[in-house]
Amino acid sequence: MSDDHHQPHSPSPVERRAAALEELLTERGLVPEGFIEEVNRAYEKDIGPMNGAKVVARAWVDAKYKMRLLADGTTAIAELGLGGAQGEHMVVVENTPEVHNVVVCTLCSCYPWPVLGLPPAWYKDPPYRARMVREPRVLLAEMGCEIDESVAVRVWDSSAEIRYLVLPGRPAGTEDVPEDELARLVTRDSMIGVARL
Amino acid sequence: MKLDTDGPATPPRRNGELAFDAPWQARVFGLAAAVVEVCFNGDREQFRRRLITAIAAQPDRPYWDSWTAALEDLVVESGLVSANCLNERAAE
Repeated sequence: MSDDHHQPHSPSPVERRAAALEELLTERGLVPEGFIEEVNRAYEKDIGPMNGAKVVARAWVDAKYKMRLLADGTTAIAELGLGGAQGEHMVVVENTPEVHNVVVCTLCSCYPWPVLGLPPAWYKDPPYRARMVREPRVLLAEMGCEIDESVAVRVWDSSAEIRYLVLPGRPAGTEDVPEDELARLVTRDSMIGVARL
Repeated sequence: MKLDTDGPATPPRRNGELAFDAPWQARVFGLAAAVVEVCFNGDREQFRRRLITAIAAQPDRPYWDSWTAALEDLVVESGLVSANCLNERAAE
């Protein structure tokens, strides 16, 4: 894989100004350490992933939508008014009793922003990126997601061109739960594939 | 930080959720939250006024670009960072 595949652009003028502002304000002690990360974390955990959760919940309750979603993720996600930059080439992979899917970006941190919000810090860590390819079962177990030997594990490498979203299995006993409540059960980690519901 | 839910300074949303298209947008969002919290005791009115002005000045400019311009205006006008200093750093 070439480097440019993961580095789609150099910073725009506005990005440079935003970065300059951050540096200067930080140097003046006006940005408490970790503050921006803390604000972002709220969005990463709670607000951002809600878009992906809505996609998952719709697929659980609407079999035809699920078929469209698995056939063409980008178009089916756009049906819900979602998508856009960095979510443009979405491929949705379905967890089944036979297959567990997990997403990684081996070279950097390509991530489907519009449906999952901000990437968690560990997603960018070199050990996650390397080990999820080399020993996915071991790493998944360490992250609290044990996968039975009878279930195949598929690892999907995100790139600037293709972003993956895992469609987790619907939890048992939720047959009568309405769609909007189902969406609240869907976690960010389940859509990356490092957790099950 | 609370955000406007209607009116000209409303951030872009998709299905009701705040929409960022790139990591820098989330950072400058958090940066403005820090400035409001630390330098204005959590009172966002000064920032909000500049954001409305920035959007009105260039209505077709992307929202987070206007957000960045408003934050620039706020920190320069309140003397936290000089305009020269900012221009020099951004040119590096």
